[in-house]
Amino acid sequence: MKRRAVLAALPLGGCAAQPLGYMTDTAGHAADAISQIGWGLAIVSIIVVVLIAALIALAIARGRQRLCAEGDVVGRDYGGLSWIYWGVGLSFPVLVALAVWTFIVTRAVAEPPRPTALTIEVTAHRWWWEVRYRGERPVDDFVAANHLVVPVGVPVRLVLTSSDVIHDFWVPKIGPKMDMIPGKTNVTWIEADRAGLYRGQCAEYCGLEHARMAFTVAAVPLVDFRRWRMAEQRPQDPGGGRGATIFASACAACHAVRGTDAAGIYGPDLTHFASRPTIAAGVLPNTVAGRVKWLADTQGVKPGAAMPQVPLDPADRVALVQYLGTLR
Amino acid sequence: MSAILTSPRDRQGLRGAPFDPKPPASPNPPDIAERLEALWREAPGPLGWFGTVDHKTIGIRYIITSFVFLILGGLEALVMRIQLAQPNATTLTPEQYNQLFSLHGVTMIFLYAMPVLSGFSNYLWPLMLGSRDMAFPRLNALSYWLFLGAGIFLYASFPLGAAPDGGWFGYVPNTGREFSPGPNIDIYTLGLIFLGISTTVGAANFVVTLLRMRAPGMSVNRLPILIWGTLTASIANLFAVPAVSLACLMLWLDRNQGTHFFDIAGGGQPLLWQHLFWLFGHPWVYAIVLPAMGMVSDALPVHCRRPLVGYTLVATATVATMVVGFGVWLHHMFATGLPVLALSFFSAASFVIAIPSAVSVFSWIATIYTGRVRLTVPFLFFASVILLFVIGGVSGVMTASLAFDWQLTDTYFIVAHLHYVLIGINLFAVVGAIYHWLPKMSGRMMDERLGRWVFGFMFLGFNLAFLPMHWLGLIGMPRRVWTYGADMGFSTTNLVISIGAFVFAIGILLFLINIATALRSGRPAGPDPWGAPTLEWAISSPPPVYNFAIIPMVASRHPLWEDALDEGADRSRLATGFLLDNGKETLGVTPLDGEPDVILKMPGDTLLPFALSVATLILFSALLFRNGWIAAFGGAAAILTLILWFRPHQAPEAREKVRIYE
Repeated sequence: MKRRAVLAALPLGGCAAQPLGYMTDTAGHAADAISQIGWGLAIVSIIVVVLIAALIALAIARGRQRLCAEGDVVGRDYGGLSWIYWGVGLSFPVLVALAVWTFIVTRAVAEPPRPTALTIEVTAHRWWWEVRYRGERPVDDFVAANHLVVPVGVPVRLVLTSSDVIHDFWVPKIGPKMDMIPGKTNVTWIEADRAGLYRGQCAEYCGLEHARMAFTVAAVPLVDFRRWRMAEQRPQDPGGGRGATIFASACAACHAVRGTDAAGIYGPDLTHFASRPTIAAGVLPNTVAGRVKWLADTQGVKPGAAMPQVPLDPADRVALVQYLGTLR
Repeated sequence: MSAILTSPRDRQGLRGAPFDPKPPASPNPPDIAERLEALWREAPGPLGWFGTVDHKTIGIRYIITSFVFLILGGLEALVMRIQLAQPNATTLTPEQYNQLFSLHGVTMIFLYAMPVLSGFSNYLWPLMLGSRDMAFPRLNALSYWLFLGAGIFLYASFPLGAAPDGGWFGYVPNTGREFSPGPNIDIYTLGLIFLGISTTVGAANFVVTLLRMRAPGMSVNRLPILIWGTLTASIANLFAVPAVSLACLMLWLDRNQGTHFFDIAGGGQPLLWQHLFWLFGHPWVYAIVLPAMGMVSDALPVHCRRPLVGYTLVATATVATMVVGFGVWLHHMFATGLPVLALSFFSAASFVIAIPSAVSVFSWIATIYTGRVRLTVPFLFFASVILLFVIGGVSGVMTASLAFDWQLTDTYFIVAHLHYVLIGINLFAVVGAIYHWLPKMSGRMMDERLGRWVFGFMFLGFNLAFLPMHWLGLIGMPRRVWTYGADMGFSTTNLVISIGAFVFAIGILLFLINIATALRSGRPAGPDPWGAPTLEWAISSPPPVYNFAIIPMVASRHPLWEDALDEGADRSRLATGFLLDNGKETLGVTPLDGEPDVILKMPGDTLLPFALSVATLILFSALLFRNGWIAAFGGAAAILTLILWFRPHQAPEAREKVRIYE
């Protein structure tokens, strides 16, 4: 129950106004460093554009003046070349400085500042995220979906791949993006400096529902993370009742719930499902209303999703939603 | 329409006296004109229409066709902007949106941006170089008909609901058979291979034309910058297009014949596609701006009443851009997890490529500053190109930064950047070029008053649509999404962008009206309405079918400004020279020095290019439907056409008397 309180208290995305913005309110060492060079590049760019716009205006004014003074005649005019020499001569050191700055920042964010203590494997599917926490022993491994929980201030090693097409793992508030390519394993890292609930988004076009392939990352203090992990490792209490029966017959072919007979591998693992903030990779909030909507109109909410419309009468759907709510 | 543009017509009923009342600087004596007209004129009726090899007709057809595709691509964009104007909109389904953005990209990049420049270059090259046609007129016609065929092939998918839906970049495995079982991607791969043939033959024609088809005295340091731009782009295309044609062939084989070039299960590599695609793709984006920059470099100085500042530097920068442009393709793949050291080289190269661009920008500003500026509509467009190019340039520098690109890539910031580059340098330059050269093509001036409205709508609409996109990218909106949530903070910006898109579209509509009224009732232009320096302005507007009755002899970079510039005693000779009227012929020169070398017998009207294009269309359509018999028929028809094309001709006389006109 402590865990729920922690998650509920998290502010969404640091700055709820722009949950995917990476120029302000960043909450990770890498994202901070990148936003700094981003501002630097943006300011230099704006200065250059304003300067050039002023030069063009000045040049036109001067050119008009000369037309009035000298008439519409063709003539050779000397001295123009110095514009090119000055222009290129001033641009060059600026570009070199920006390039050097780029390499300094690149070096700083390419590798974690300290060795990583934790590994999370994320495998992308069309259109959801399979999240596997590596434990110290293989038996400690556990699988979740569409939601990562990471400790604050600890660099986390991410092992990224895809089961189908190319996707991209991107939590802009915390760090840079990295492609998830089938047949290839990309290793990167994230570290959140501040507790919070951050939004992630697939950033490589991956077909029909690319737009709605999001996820969430909860950064929590290390003690809370440890407690959460212990809870998460535990299998689900099998429970019972009508909802469990319906789940076993209608859902278990694709979805797994550890501790029960449900062991499907096609869809997201639903162990401790109720502790996740969203349904269907960020499409709906994980509330009773959201669950009802998802089960009632799966293909209408997320056309093309691998999950079919499961035929359920309304009473069964309510029972199933209630059961899902017990998967804490 | 092309008939209106190319055939000389009487000018009765038109308003006002011609802009340039003087006779053309390169004389066209009536007796000789009649003889040459009879030799060069295309046959009346369908044979002439489908069989013409006149570079001017082909060039105008290229421009008109690419503008049709521009309008189609623009309408696709407007529909997308309606969908994106509000969060969670349902005007389009995800599949419809994905087809629209893919077809929009394919259309604008492959069917508009390059072909429109091929059109201008086709039209202008022989006129600027002082020749009567391109080196291979039949190949020229073939290149157009193949372009049209490929465009029709790609667009036939649209009404059937099977347009390409994997983006213009077509990343595997999303475009593999497993994840895209429909015909959409087969149309994309075959269409790009089809179009690649057109681009390749066109590029080869430009290169040979430059080497052999210049007026005597047109040495390399006297070439207009447009020639440098198109030459550079053409050489680049010869190296770049095979990469994408190969990639598309491999993907087509993966999809249809069970090969495993990109299939992981069979040991293939998805990243191989990206390397091949961008090895082509990045040189290509320079190829679709360098000729446009060339047009600005040639036409802007006319309205500043002085030569371009730093001709040699600008020409060198054009070539340098392309050379470096072959070494930056990995900056499209910064997030693919390749080694950081390798990526760093490409990041550095992407910074370096800003230098040659800076040369052009400061050359243009200096030309305005030290010139005598006429505030004409073409001037407004060319001056705006400078600003838009700089905005696209600095955002390009931002994306060149490896670390920052790890956030920027695949956001709307990239969409903003690429539209500033492609619309800013290509479309604004092209529209300015139409205001500048339409008087030459049609003999009529475009209305300056309406032109200013066009400029106002286009410039404001464009910036309203695309400037906020930078912001949208920085607050994290990903590209290629069919919708977004109301809680993402994207809503207001998207609405502004959609309004801007429609303002921009009004500008384009007014522009088309401006062209239509000019063609119908524009004021006569005369041979040289702007008082320009290059050879195309030495002949009447529109030019006679044989371009130059007397082959000019060039003595400087600005043949028509020599007296005004007073650069020495040498004068180009336009009124005397070779009078090649012993058949349909023109002059070939030595590649380096431009010395007269041979008299080239030029081919007349022929249906072979059209027939070969139709045969190719049949072949590719049959491959799409996997119908072996029809494919064999199309292939056999293509081979038969080629046999007819290459059948031996009677060798011309080894020596021939040349008449000199004095």
